[in-house]
Amino acid sequence: MSSRISQKFNELKKKNKKALITYVTAGDPDINTTEQLVYAMENAGADIIELGIAYSDPLADGPVIQRAASRALNKGVNIDIVFELVRKLRTNTQVPLAFLLYYNSIYRYGIDKFINKCMEAGVDGLIIPDLPLEERTDFKKILDGKNIDLIPLVAPTSEMRIKDLVKDATGFIYCVSSLGVTGARNSFDSNIKEFMDNIKLHTDVPLAIGFGISDVQGVKQLKDLAQGLIVGSAIIKKIEEGIVENKVVNLVSEFVKELRDALN
Amino acid sequence: MDNKKSKRFGNYGGQYVPETLMNALIELEEMYEEAMNDEEFIKEYMYYLQEYSGRPTSLYYAENLTKKYGGGKIYLKREDLNHTGAHKINNVVGQVLLANRMGKKRIIAETGAGQHGVATATICAMFNLECEIYMGEEDIQRQGLNVFKMELLGAKVNSVTSGTKTLKDATNEAIRDWVTNVEDTYYVIGSVVGPHPYPTMVRDFQRIIGDETKIQILEKEGRMPDYLLACVGGGSNAMGLFYPFIEEDNIKIIGVEAAGEGVNTHKHAATITLGTVGVLHGMMTYLLQDDYGQILPAHSVSAGLDYPGIGPEHAYLHDSGRVEYVAITDSEAVEAFQTLSRCEGIIPALESAHALAYLAKLAPTTHKEDIIILNLSGRGDKDVHTISEILGGKKHE
Repeated sequence: MSSRISQKFNELKKKNKKALITYVTAGDPDINTTEQLVYAMENAGADIIELGIAYSDPLADGPVIQRAASRALNKGVNIDIVFELVRKLRTNTQVPLAFLLYYNSIYRYGIDKFINKCMEAGVDGLIIPDLPLEERTDFKKILDGKNIDLIPLVAPTSEMRIKDLVKDATGFIYCVSSLGVTGARNSFDSNIKEFMDNIKLHTDVPLAIGFGISDVQGVKQLKDLAQGLIVGSAIIKKIEEGIVENKVVNLVSEFVKELRDALN
Repeated sequence: MDNKKSKRFGNYGGQYVPETLMNALIELEEMYEEAMNDEEFIKEYMYYLQEYSGRPTSLYYAENLTKKYGGGKIYLKREDLNHTGAHKINNVVGQVLLANRMGKKRIIAETGAGQHGVATATICAMFNLECEIYMGEEDIQRQGLNVFKMELLGAKVNSVTSGTKTLKDATNEAIRDWVTNVEDTYYVIGSVVGPHPYPTMVRDFQRIIGDETKIQILEKEGRMPDYLLACVGGGSNAMGLFYPFIEEDNIKIIGVEAAGEGVNTHKHAATITLGTVGVLHGMMTYLLQDDYGQILPAHSVSAGLDYPGIGPEHAYLHDSGRVEYVAITDSEAVEAFQTLSRCEGIIPALESAHALAYLAKLAPTTHKEDIIILNLSGRGDKDVHTISEILGGKKHE
């Protein structure tokens, strides 16, 4: 049995296409808009969608995603509301959905309860930036056989750890483009090709690059290095522009189309 | 993976950090262990503590306070007499020497009340290292004097405006800086918190407090104390005093948390008294959090105790029952602050005043032959402004 995420990468491979993975924080600017954003991004060419669960202390995130989390929290969004959203989405779309969330959100909710709800609602993958290899053993055991991908992050500093990080990975590998938190960068690490080549030595699971890809230029620069690219903060910035002009969904949709065209 | 146990105190501690930092933590752990086994390193650490910070600090018999409460003999471990006015420098000397050994030229730190920031800026000035301090905007307003001191010492103070704008958020921001600049930057954590190896390392650099106390009390009294008292925010001064005595089962050890406006209100920092288990700043420990794991704002009149978590070793010592944790309100601490000032001519830090306030409750219930040792973790110069506002406000009521 393979997850919706793996199936998507297989489909794309057959068509000789790359995956566009887009991120929004669930509940930013409100939960209904998030629902509309998922449909709109899928229609505009996003292949996999990451839904961020807002957290009070997102230490892997830069200011843009921090602001998104604050807006969602101010609206009273919590995991239960996001599970409801996923259930609703699943009646209309089969687009692969991954949660991006901090470990405390899972731990406090109850690990078993959380995983059961993910299965029940139709969540396909989990990205947990503060649950490194050393801390995921027990969590991985509980996930075993549940058909939910635990997406590992690999960083430019991982070096000798890469082999262990990608071992047993399913879905895709989240390759962190450069040091630092989420958000735009002026340039990517000059060693990024070497970094990606090094990861490829250890796994056949698809690789996706994230952190700092903020525009068409970034997409063009990196698209040949991986099977997928992840765009987050830049989409949140479009949401912020859209809030002001009251056209969130339109602006995000146009932006995702641009990214899609650049990736093809 | 291997050694998972040594990275934890029972269920607590661990390394809940982004992958980008993992190799840095592994390297830090190795370098730290190597340094602690190197006599030259220990010699250098002791040299700066003695010659630069003025250790050993005295264990002062507070005769007036003893008479006032009419119970056991009260001794104050005078960490306030350290250079920069608090115990924080013990840890900073150790960590910056380690940074030098690792060849890191840039130092960052978080600070709440500013004591750790001042200690870090001080040691960086001495070793000619670039220093950036993260401090919550609210704390910057409460602790203007310490901000000025840090700048005077050549450090850059970054105002943190995210979240609650206090120590918790300053720590987030310092971690974000570290993730970005991990290759040339050393992060000096100021308390027994954060991912492994920090809680262990900071405790080991603070245990000098307890090690000295043990020698001093044996000299003065010829026996071990009956009670140990210390305030607990993250909990480094408390771990420093307690650790060398943990195996002495007859000693009653008490950590004093900040109850803010009261444990029945929403404005407190009583993490062990009222918290639940979760993950923050790379560690599993007791936290102030809601049902969804969102961290709740802590409150204390003292910026140094204004933290919604606690060191993982304290969480463990609480669960095992070895250490008792109690909570003291803002107003009790303010009263104790005045009592020590008038009674002994020592103006304590507001953090230490929490331990003093519990002493006022405990001491009268003890026997005359009992010995109580309280860690006076810092001096109160930085808090005089806060106290004058509180007392001034009362006069006009």
